[in-house]
Amino acid sequence: MNQYGMLSQLLDVVMALLLAPLLTGWLNQWRALLQNRSAPDLIQPYKVLHKLFFKESVIADHASPLFRMVPYLVFGCMTLASAIIPMLSTDLPLAPAADAIALVGLFAIARTFISLAAMDIGTAFGSLGARREMLIGFLAEPALLTVLFTSSLITRSTSLTSMVTSMSHNSFAIYPSLAFAGIAFVMVSLAENARIPVDNPATHLELTMIHEALILEYSGRHLALMEWAASLKLFAYSCIGLAIFFPWGVSTSASPLALMMALPVLVVKLAIGGALVAVIETLSAKMRIFRVPEFLATAFMLAVMGMLVHFLLGA
Amino acid sequence: MPNLVGQLINLLASILLILSFAMLSQRRILSLIRLFTFQGVTLVAATILLGYSTNQPHLYYSAALTQVLKVMVIPTLLHRLINHLNVRWDTETLINIPTTMMIGIILVIFSFNLAAPISSLSTSIARSTLGIALACVLLSFMMMITRAKAVPQVIGFLSMENGLFFSATAAVYGMPMVVELGIALDVLMGILILGVFMFQIRERFDSLDISHLEKLKED
Repeated sequence: MNQYGMLSQLLDVVMALLLAPLLTGWLNQWRALLQNRSAPDLIQPYKVLHKLFFKESVIADHASPLFRMVPYLVFGCMTLASAIIPMLSTDLPLAPAADAIALVGLFAIARTFISLAAMDIGTAFGSLGARREMLIGFLAEPALLTVLFTSSLITRSTSLTSMVTSMSHNSFAIYPSLAFAGIAFVMVSLAENARIPVDNPATHLELTMIHEALILEYSGRHLALMEWAASLKLFAYSCIGLAIFFPWGVSTSASPLALMMALPVLVVKLAIGGALVAVIETLSAKMRIFRVPEFLATAFMLAVMGMLVHFLLGA
Repeated sequence: MPNLVGQLINLLASILLILSFAMLSQRRILSLIRLFTFQGVTLVAATILLGYSTNQPHLYYSAALTQVLKVMVIPTLLHRLINHLNVRWDTETLINIPTTMMIGIILVIFSFNLAAPISSLSTSIARSTLGIALACVLLSFMMMITRAKAVPQVIGFLSMENGLFFSATAAVYGMPMVVELGIALDVLMGILILGVFMFQIRERFDSLDISHLEKLKED
């Protein structure tokens, strides 16, 4: 492990932690603009985090230690995930520790614990949210894995860093299988990040909520960590998408200049991606919970189709 | 750049496959017609590209024929038909949609396997897309089977014709002009006759549900 690798690893994580709330704020701003509402501040998520960190954290009397532990665990999972994903550079010392499949497992750990904590208190909303979260999770996970398999078939590696390296070094070619995988990935990430066709991130205390129902019992610094972890998850999913489908601009050589150049490129890509997600969210209506399996079955089908098309066309 | 054109044809073939699946999962008749129009546009683009890459001007003619017939005339006819019949509402499928999707995947694997030995005999630039074309035919066939109402069945029939047309173009650069014109006119006539049939069915049963046709006499 050389010094440069340490530096880029550190920069990767710190940047993810700092920029994740900004992406959420940017998305909310675009959503508000597109829906003819006056937009909240771009730095609103930071203000919310700041407020929550200085508030007292109230915990139910019969909460088990698990309930206190989960915010730190979930936040840790998301931080580790953002350490593995090549955002700025492919020279990440931590990346060999986990490939794309382990990354999906990491998200699964976070999901399992967040659901356990929601059921721990024993409120109706908590267990309702936990069940819905698990329903979505078990349908979205195979689709996400299949998307990752398709891109690893093309690049002959399941490690995200080597995927990015070989994708950005190959000469330009059109991969029809990646078109399928791309659509499937967008659908999965909308479902996983509680975005509109599946869950409405703006609802609070409604019967249709999923993510909000899970974290309803948290307050103070615990809630702040949960919110931050949710932003990090969105950020991590966006970066996985960018790494697989638009890998250009990520620094693949060990030079500080390339690393510095990668940051503005990433910010521009994320800004465009965030605006596109806001457009999708504005154009679609939230679907009934019983239509969600249909939505995710379509995503899974598209992902499988991408893999089949790869075998048929060899591209 | 023949390589890029080949890749583009592969991409368009994949888009055709996506559209077939979208039609399979679509509940609304209006969206079905829109998807059918998109399928026509994709077919036109693929045919033009194939004609360009192989220098076969007759493919331009069949592209023009497809454009006029399947992108302009037939969707207009279908729109008029559903306005007259007043059937704009959602249609329920006979099997639920996730199951349909899973059967669809099996059909795709089947047709990819079936087409593999055939396409290895062909010398066409688009030979590898034969499996996709076959899959489109089978998926449209399944769409006809899983729908209870008459209008989606007709759209399934038309989309099957699209798949057949694409497979002919992909495998052997299209059929002779006479055959193509014949098929095109057949499809047009088919639409007109099926339209009359649909009016008759509704007149008789007050519904477009074709399961009524299983009864031979009134009871």
